[in-house]
Amino acid sequence: MRGPIAALMVLLLSLGAARGSEEVVAGLSQDSISITANFDGSDLLIYGAVKREVPIPTGTALAVIITVEGPSAPLTVRRKSRKFGIWINTAAVEVDYAPSFYAVTTSAPMAEILSQTEDLRRKISVPQAIRSVGAPMDVTDSPAFTAALIRLREAGGYYSLSEGGVRLEQETLFRADVDLPADLIEGAYQTRIFLLRDKRVIAQHSAVIDVRMVGLERWLFTLAHEWPAAYGALALVLAVIAGWAASAIFRYLRY
Amino acid sequence: MQIYLPIAEVSVNAYLLFGLGGIVGVLSGMFGVGGGFLITPLLFFIGIPPTVAVATGANQVVASSVSGVLAQIRRRNVDFRMGLVLLAGGILGSAIGIWVFNILRQKGQIDLVVQLSYVVFLGLIGLLMLQESLRALGRAKGTQPRIKRHQHLWLHNLPLKIKFRASGLYISVVPPLLVGVLVGVLAALMGVGGGFIMVPAMIYLLGMPTKVVIGTSLFQIIFVTAFTTFMHALTNQSVDMLLAVLLIVGGVVGAQIGTRLGARLKAEQLRVLLALLVLLVCGKLAIDLLVTPAEVYSITAVGG
Repeated sequence: MRGPIAALMVLLLSLGAARGSEEVVAGLSQDSISITANFDGSDLLIYGAVKREVPIPTGTALAVIITVEGPSAPLTVRRKSRKFGIWINTAAVEVDYAPSFYAVTTSAPMAEILSQTEDLRRKISVPQAIRSVGAPMDVTDSPAFTAALIRLREAGGYYSLSEGGVRLEQETLFRADVDLPADLIEGAYQTRIFLLRDKRVIAQHSAVIDVRMVGLERWLFTLAHEWPAAYGALALVLAVIAGWAASAIFRYLRY
Repeated sequence: MQIYLPIAEVSVNAYLLFGLGGIVGVLSGMFGVGGGFLITPLLFFIGIPPTVAVATGANQVVASSVSGVLAQIRRRNVDFRMGLVLLAGGILGSAIGIWVFNILRQKGQIDLVVQLSYVVFLGLIGLLMLQESLRALGRAKGTQPRIKRHQHLWLHNLPLKIKFRASGLYISVVPPLLVGVLVGVLAALMGVGGGFIMVPAMIYLLGMPTKVVIGTSLFQIIFVTAFTTFMHALTNQSVDMLLAVLLIVGGVVGAQIGTRLGARLKAEQLRVLLALLVLLVCGKLAIDLLVTPAEVYSITAVGG
């Protein structure tokens, strides 16, 4: 699956018209990703250009930030502590919203191109992508739990920040590669492209990549969820046949 | 060769799964344990979500037990009558076990109870078996082994006596029924077929000959794990058929090899090896509970 560009689709969006002078024209190497049995991750190429009616503004430099966000689900983050000499889960915090995948790619160090207020408003950086409302009464340090969530997901390659991952040419053309891991969750992956000047977003463009299972994977997934009894019975029949076949084959080989 | 599993929604190396299935299959065929107590932790370890690992592990155990039991039936090593009595107790026991499981899950302590019961039962059984089988091994070397099958415990003086011809026993049905219930409860709590508890219980509590024990245990495990697999598929949709098929292909082959290996070893030697294996898993779990973990935080899906 890695590599081949499936469909080239240029999506135009007249966002950023509010600010007038500059807008994003962007494309994705693929607008959908099929998960087949031998799926082992995918490279997503995001490219585009800055469209403008006027000459390139002088003064502060243009910057680009690209985010790719996978489907989200509520989670429980648990913490172990030692009690009666053994380690057990003693505290838990529920995180209401945490994407299964979140990659941020920028053309320059984040702190130099994005202000905190703009980050809060547009939810761009990795910590902003997670939302946790209300920890239980007995947990006083809930930020430690969200920090742990980010740390674990970063270690697993699900969350990433790549400063300088966007190549920006002459303030007009840009491109970035985002690695999608092999264990992608099915769903809509939201891609956002921000143009920034003076640490403020001047134009935004978004597109959705549809990730879904196909072929055998799709068939098994559908069967398991739509007809669970048939699926369970099929699983057992397969197991019994496999057990019997192995026994029969070995008996045949022996005599 | 990476392969994407549709229910687990992760991508794993297919050869690794063949290998895991194969190792567990060999053990299953040799000792008559389903291997659930090994396959489930191993699947956690390679990153399969726990709910999928438990359900799919059960499915794999069905296949390897069928493969193993057929080889045992040909050798007339299955006591069907005993198997059915144990099974009846086992189904009652697993119903009780599932009920207890749900209560503990609501209280949020099921993980701890599962781990602790693994450590306690594996440790206890492993030590008992090791001690007894080492003594038997020593005796076998010295003089002729004394055949002392009929130890007349109070257990054997209960009413409702039945002849279990394959086992060479004439005992009350009450002890096997109780053993079935006990194993059923533990099996449901620990998410395994229960072979590693069943085998020593049959040898030491019921006094069955080791050869018959393995076949009979496998026979009983098929039904318990089939029931578990079906319930998981129905309620949680957590059986991953692709994962199961890969494990099964490795497992059924392994079970055949294991059965042949087992036939070459002496019963005492088999028991020493099983005891060591049980203690090894127990030790690993105990260390996990006692040693300061590298990461005290963990992520779980809500409701999973």
